[in-house]
Amino acid sequence: MIAYLGRRLIQSLLILLGVSLITFALLYLLPADPVRQIAGRSATPETVENIRRQLGLDQPFIVQYWHYLTRLISGDLGRSYIQRSEVTELIVSRLPASLLLMVGAILCELAIGLSMGLIAAVKRGTATDQTLMVASFVGVSAPQFVVGLLLLYVFAVRLGWFPIGGYGSWRHLVLPSLTMGILGAGWYARMMRSSMIDVLRQDYMRTARAKGLARGTILFRHALPNAILPVVAMIGIDIGVFMGGIVVVESVFGWPGIGQLAWQAIQRVDIPIIMGVTLVSAFAIVLGNLLADIIAPFIDPRIKLR
Amino acid sequence: MTSTPEPVLDIANLSVSVRGEDGEREVVSGLSLSLKRGETLCIAGESGSGKSMTALAIMQLLPQPAARISSGKIRLRDGNNLGAVELTALDERRMRDIRGDRIAMIFQEPMTSLNPVLSIGRQLTESIEAHTGLSHVEAQRRAVEALQAVRISEAENRLKQFPHELSGGMRQRVMIAMALALEPDVLIADEPTTALDVTVQGEVLELLRDLQRQHGTSVILITHDMGVVAEMADRVIVMRNGRMVEEGAAADIFARPQAAYTRELLAAVPRIGSGAGRHASGEPDKVATQDKVAVVNDLHVRFDLRGGFFGRVNRRVHAVEGVSFSIAPNETLALVGESGCGKSTTAKALAGLVPYSGGVTIGGRELATLGGDARKAVRRDVQMVFQDPYASLDPRMRVGDLVAEPLLIHGIGSRQERRERVAALFERVGLSAAQMELYPHEFSGGQRQRICIARALALRPKLIIADESVSALDVSVQARVLDLLKELQREFGVAYLFISHDMAVVENISDRVAVMYLGQIVEIGSRDQVFSNPRHPYTRRLIEAVPVPDPSRRRTRFARLDREIPSATRRIGESMPKLVLKDFGGGHFAAVGD
Repeated sequence: MIAYLGRRLIQSLLILLGVSLITFALLYLLPADPVRQIAGRSATPETVENIRRQLGLDQPFIVQYWHYLTRLISGDLGRSYIQRSEVTELIVSRLPASLLLMVGAILCELAIGLSMGLIAAVKRGTATDQTLMVASFVGVSAPQFVVGLLLLYVFAVRLGWFPIGGYGSWRHLVLPSLTMGILGAGWYARMMRSSMIDVLRQDYMRTARAKGLARGTILFRHALPNAILPVVAMIGIDIGVFMGGIVVVESVFGWPGIGQLAWQAIQRVDIPIIMGVTLVSAFAIVLGNLLADIIAPFIDPRIKLR
Repeated sequence: MTSTPEPVLDIANLSVSVRGEDGEREVVSGLSLSLKRGETLCIAGESGSGKSMTALAIMQLLPQPAARISSGKIRLRDGNNLGAVELTALDERRMRDIRGDRIAMIFQEPMTSLNPVLSIGRQLTESIEAHTGLSHVEAQRRAVEALQAVRISEAENRLKQFPHELSGGMRQRVMIAMALALEPDVLIADEPTTALDVTVQGEVLELLRDLQRQHGTSVILITHDMGVVAEMADRVIVMRNGRMVEEGAAADIFARPQAAYTRELLAAVPRIGSGAGRHASGEPDKVATQDKVAVVNDLHVRFDLRGGFFGRVNRRVHAVEGVSFSIAPNETLALVGESGCGKSTTAKALAGLVPYSGGVTIGGRELATLGGDARKAVRRDVQMVFQDPYASLDPRMRVGDLVAEPLLIHGIGSRQERRERVAALFERVGLSAAQMELYPHEFSGGQRQRICIARALALRPKLIIADESVSALDVSVQARVLDLLKELQREFGVAYLFISHDMAVVENISDRVAVMYLGQIVEIGSRDQVFSNPRHPYTRRLIEAVPVPDPSRRRTRFARLDREIPSATRRIGESMPKLVLKDFGGGHFAAVGD
C-alpha cells in the first residue's frame, strides 16, 4: 500500500510537470501579447519594451519556463499582470467557493444519477425505465449554460425559491450545484443502469434469492456494492469535467470561485493566473483519480493495490 | 417411523414454459414426482432436458419474466402434522420464508455463486438471521458450526475471508454450509460437483452423503453424470426434452433400464476398463526420434508476478517445470491432471501460444533453431481444438469462412480450391457442405465442436492438441465426437495430444498417458500400465476418485485429502523440488519417494 502510494505520487508529480510545460508552451505560442494588454493602446514602444523586460517576457522560452518552475517549487505562482496581486493569494481566496460547488455538484449527480439508474435497472423494459433513460439523455445533451439559465428562470425568477445569484447561504448553492450535477447525473444513470443489469444477472444474485432474503437486502447489500464499482472509478475522471463546467456555471450564477477568476484572466491574457488555475485544476483531477483508486479496494476486496 | 416414509415434496403434473422469439415453448411437460423423507432422488438427463428448470420451479426462482409455471402443483408437507403448502399458490413474501429455511439450493458454479464483495461470515449469517431471529452473535456461532460441519478448518477465521480467497472446492463447501445451516427439509443440488476437480468431487459427494445421513434431509440431486447418479441416488428419474423417460430405484435403472433412451445414455457413459480393443501402438522407443511428430524436452513455462515499490518481478508461477515427452505419428498421448497442474500451459507452449524455455521439436525440426517464416510453416503441423465450442468460434463469421481461415492465413490454394477443401472437411466431420453458409449460433454444442475439429484439420496437421475438447459436451454427444476423433486418426494418421481431467474419457481414447501434478509429470506410460498398475499415489487417487456408473460398486469411503493443493508460486531464486522419474520398464516411468 505504501509502495503503491509512493509510486502513484511520483507519477502524479510527473503528470503535473507535463501539464505545466504544455500549458506554458501553449500560452507562449499565443498570438495575443500580454504586454500590449497591460500597457494599453496609447503606450509608446519604449514603455512596452520596458514592461516586457520587467516581466521577463523578453527571455527565451526555456529560461522563462525555468524561472516559473523554480518559483513554483517554493509555492510561488507569480504575480497577476492585471490585478497586481499574488496569484497564490487570489486562488486560495477563491478555492473554497469552488470546492463547495464541486461537493454540492457531486452529491447532486450521485443522488440523482444513482437512484435513476437503480430504478431503471430494476424496472428494466418498462415505461419507467424508458422515461428515466430519455431524461438522462436530455441531461447529458443539454448545454450547461442553457440548464443554468432555465433553472434560474423557473426557480429564482418565477418561483422565487432561490436567489438569482451570489454566494453566502445554502440557498445560493442549490441551483449552481444542480446545474453542474445534471450533466453527470445523466451519465451516472446510464452507467449505473447497465452495471446493475449486469449484476442482477449474476449467479450470486440467484443464490441470494434462494436464501430467502428480503428484496431490499438483496438489492442494497448484494447488488449495489457490486454495481457501484465502475461508477466510483468515474468520479475521479469526472472532476476534470467539473473543472471545465465551473468556468461556465460560475459565470452564469456569479459564483466567486476560481472558474470566474479564470474566465476574467483568459479575456485579459493574464498568463500567471491562467497557469495557476490550470495547475490547481490538474492537481484536483490527479488527486480525484488517486482517491477513486484508493477507495476501490474498500468496496471490492478482490482489488489489491500494487 | 413407518416402513414407508411419507413424501416431503409432491410434484403433480408440472409444466414450465419459456417465452422465446418464436412463441412459448414447454421446457418441462407434465412432470410428476414425489420425494420421500430422507431419500436422495437423482434427476438425470442431458442439457435441455428440463432438469434445472424443474429445480428452479420448485424454488419459484424461474427466470422472470420469460419462464413461468404453466400448470401443475408443488406441495411441500409439514414436518410434524400432515398439513401441506401449495408452493405455486404462495405469494413472494411467504415463499421467501420457505426458501433457504425449508428448501435450500446449491448451484453448479461455486466460483460465481458467492457474492464477491461480502465476507463468508456475512453471507452465512444473513440467511440465519433472516429466518430465525437469532442475535448476530448467536447467528455467528451457528455459522461456525455450519462451517465445521462441512469440514472447513479454522472455521472462525474463515468467516472474515472473502470468496476469492478460497478454492473452488472450499467455496462449494461454503455453499453447502449455507444451505444446510438452517437444516432444511429439502436440499436441491443442481450439478453441485460438475465444475470441480474429480478428487474434490469425491470429497464433496461424500460430505453431502454424510450430512444427509446426520440430518435426514431429503435431497434432489440434479446431474448429467451417471457416475454421480450411481454413487448417490436411492431413486432416479431420467428426463429428456422436458419429459420423464424413466423412474425407478437406482439399482434397477442401472441393471435393467427399461426405456431405450436410458439404455443409450448408459451405453454412452465412458467407463474405466472399457478402453480395450484399441491396440496400444507399442513402446514409444520403437519409433526413431526423428520420426516423432513432437518431442518436448525439459519444457519450462513461468509467469512473472510483480510487486513492491517499482513493480519489479518478485515472484514466479512455475506453471510447467521440466516436462519431457514425445508423440509418435498415429498416437494419442493423454495429459491428465487437475485444474492448475499445468496441462493446458504445456499445450499452449507446444502450440507456440506462450513463451517457454526448453526444447520443442516438431516433425524433426527444433523450433529454437528456425527463423520466423520456417517456424510459421512448422506451426502449421500443430493445431488446437479448445474446450468451449461456444467461445472459440467468432460469432460474426460464417462457419465455412472460419474453417477456411487457416488456409487463407497460410496462403494455401485458390479461392475455389479452398472452398472445395472446406466442403470436403465438412462432409468428413459429419456436417453437410450446405451448412458452410451458416453462423456458429445456428449449431448445437456438438456440431460446433465438429466445426472446430474441421478447422484444426484444414491444414492437414501432424498433431492436433485437444484441450478438454469433449468436456463441455453431453455424454451421448461426447461419445460420438470421440468416435470421430478416432476415425480421423485412422484415416489421416494424425497424432493427438489429448488433454483432459476425465480419467474415463482418457482411458477410452489414449495410447499413452502422462499424469501431471504441480507443473511436473509424476507418471507416464502406456494406458494399460498407468491404469492397471499405477505407481504414483496421485495417479491412484485420480483413478479412484472417478465415480463408477454402477450402484452395486459404490465406494463406501473415499480417501480424504483435507489440505489444499499446494501453490506453484515461488519467490525469485527459490526453485521447485525436481521430481526424479524411476523406470518401471516398458516405457513406464513414475516419480518415487514423494
